[in-house]
Amino acid sequence: MNDVITAIRTVPLEHYVVLSFILFSIGMAGVLFRRNTIIILMCLELMFNSVNLLLTAFSAHHSDPSGQVFVFFIMLVAAAEVTVGLAILVMMKRNVDSVDINQLNRLKW
Amino acid sequence: MVKTDLLTALVPAFPLFGAVVTAILRRKLKGNSAGMLATLMIVLSFVCSAVLFAGHEVVNALHSAGMHQEHPAEGATHIVKLFDWINIGGMEVPFAFQIDALSLTMMLIVTGIGSLIHLYSIGYMHDDPRVATFFSQLNLFTFAMLLLVMGANFVMTFIGWEGVGLCSYLLIGFWYKTPAYNYAARKAFVMNRIGDVGFVLGLAWLFSVLGTLNYTEVMAKAGTLSTETITGITLLLFVGAIGKSAQLPLFTWLPDAMAGPTPVSALIHAATMVTAGIFLIVRSSALFALAPFTQDVILYTGLITSLLTASIGVFQNDIKKVLAYSTVSQLGLMFVALGLGAYSAAMFHVTTHAFFKALLFLGAGSVIHALGGEQDIRKMGGLKGVTKITYVTFLIGTLAIAGIPGFSGFFSKDAILMAAYQEHPMLYVATMAVSLLTCFYMFRLLFLTFFGTYRGPGSETGTHAHESPLVMTVPLMVLAVLSLFGGFLNLPHLFGGHEPMKHYLETAADGISGEHMFLSETTEWTVMAITVGLILATIALAWNRFGKKTTLDPEPENLPAFQRLIARKWKIDELYASLFEKPYQWFSEHFFSIGERMIMTPLMIGSGHTTERLGKLMRRFQSGNMSFYLFGMVMGMIVLLVWTLYSV
Repeated sequence: MNDVITAIRTVPLEHYVVLSFILFSIGMAGVLFRRNTIIILMCLELMFNSVNLLLTAFSAHHSDPSGQVFVFFIMLVAAAEVTVGLAILVMMKRNVDSVDINQLNRLKW
Repeated sequence: MVKTDLLTALVPAFPLFGAVVTAILRRKLKGNSAGMLATLMIVLSFVCSAVLFAGHEVVNALHSAGMHQEHPAEGATHIVKLFDWINIGGMEVPFAFQIDALSLTMMLIVTGIGSLIHLYSIGYMHDDPRVATFFSQLNLFTFAMLLLVMGANFVMTFIGWEGVGLCSYLLIGFWYKTPAYNYAARKAFVMNRIGDVGFVLGLAWLFSVLGTLNYTEVMAKAGTLSTETITGITLLLFVGAIGKSAQLPLFTWLPDAMAGPTPVSALIHAATMVTAGIFLIVRSSALFALAPFTQDVILYTGLITSLLTASIGVFQNDIKKVLAYSTVSQLGLMFVALGLGAYSAAMFHVTTHAFFKALLFLGAGSVIHALGGEQDIRKMGGLKGVTKITYVTFLIGTLAIAGIPGFSGFFSKDAILMAAYQEHPMLYVATMAVSLLTCFYMFRLLFLTFFGTYRGPGSETGTHAHESPLVMTVPLMVLAVLSLFGGFLNLPHLFGGHEPMKHYLETAADGISGEHMFLSETTEWTVMAITVGLILATIALAWNRFGKKTTLDPEPENLPAFQRLIARKWKIDELYASLFEKPYQWFSEHFFSIGERMIMTPLMIGSGHTTERLGKLMRRFQSGNMSFYLFGMVMGMIVLLVWTLYSV
């Protein structure tokens, strides 16, 4: 365990921040501009994990385990959320035979 | 003691149980079963009251002392507390009953007469489709009336007071499909509310100065109040009594209340509920005795009411209306007695009046029943031979109310006349005039109904008209016996009696012990002889005028001017209409056209329009475009982030 933490510490903290920022931005751009619902879900995961990465890095650098505990919770919630999201996706595919997010505007009032 | 508590609780419990059960099972109970059940409940309640009365210490004390005792045994008042009801801060109102001479007397009247009238109603209402509802409401009324007379504090009395008001309203409007009956019911309700406001204000004032509303404590502390306060409180309580007991200026509801079924008129609007005002004043006689001004107000209110309504009674043609005006007039006489401080005479008259007025109303009901709903006495006549029992009992009732010596009304009315004479001979003349008018219209009623020849449409008497069934005539007979001998309950010294009822009531109402009769026996005999002579002369006059009548009386429109005014009830209804109803309607209409049309409506419509327009605007944002939502979400987060960073 200590080896992993030492390994994480060999890279400076700034690098992690920059990497997380890039990953988060990619994810957000995907969510905003893609129309395929599967891609959007994947981009959501990307955003989650960029945050997770940052949390782990800070946790290791500050020798504070609570950041890592927090990561586990996020992963748990994300898993549950993906289940629901994929279920909606399956129903969408069955009903409108498409995974285009704009098809969902039929649900509006 | 435990036995007393149980019995006391059972007295109101039986009618309540009967009311609830008949109300719930009103569709299931067929035929006479609802009436039987309701009657049984009241009879049981009467039995409990009678046992309580027999076990009451004072009765025993009076017996053992040969009814001579000056101060009957202590402990004449039992407070039976069932549970704490209102207990907030300084206010403590227990749900308790007060059992003493006064409440026992009233309980016996309410349940005793109530039983007879319930029994009678079985026959009278037997073909009405809503008979179970009727009995349920009649039982509920008895329950409320028992709360009124048994309550150990003003609040309990007030609940009963409102309860009887409600039942009165329900039963007047029992045949609710006739709009006029509904109007009469509403009129009674509104008039009673006006009185109730006075009652409540009186209670509030009383509580604010004494901090308690229990009768025993209030009466004990009454002496500590200033005269002005007591006068104010008693005047307010009297306003309540005016409303309930139908005195000027609120009496107009009672004649209209005759819209209800006849047993209701007998029970509520003659024998029990309308005497609640008198009961209230006797109950708080310790307060009233300290307020001479209020007593004068009571005296003159009662006097004017009784004169006015007795005169109206002479020109009424509806059999029940005559009796209704007679009731108002007799109640006025009782208030005269109260105003003179003759509380025992008032209570005595309440009792005998309950007997003979219930009898007269039930007899009138029997006549109406016999003639298939006809109420106009001008279209009656010659019923003497057809409805024999009704005729004989009605005759006894008439003799009793007219004050023929030996009958109950004679003794009680004489007690009031004597008290009036003692105060001032002019008062005696005035009350005498009331008695003579009473005698005149009652014999007019009797002669027009039972004597002469039948004047109605066709010649129905021989064929159609019939005597009522036994279930209706038995109560008549019992009440006739009571009207005959009721006077012996309080036989005055003049006839060798000891006024047992007065001595009995003395233990409950403080005011009674202050009564003093100081007329010499010769004076009493003379006054009495004059009274009886005038009454006999009036009967002769009535016989001469109406005894052998075969033609119809003229319509009120064709009478001479003054008589027409009286026949139109002194135009009091019209006066109230132009004084209160028309201005009220005028205000309502203007409030509608200004307040409603110009202020409220634009406000309401305007707020509706605004919401609608805002909604149309906001709807654009819900486009259904998922990317747009997500974009909005991200933008919002960025704004929040920037705001958080820069606001630190």
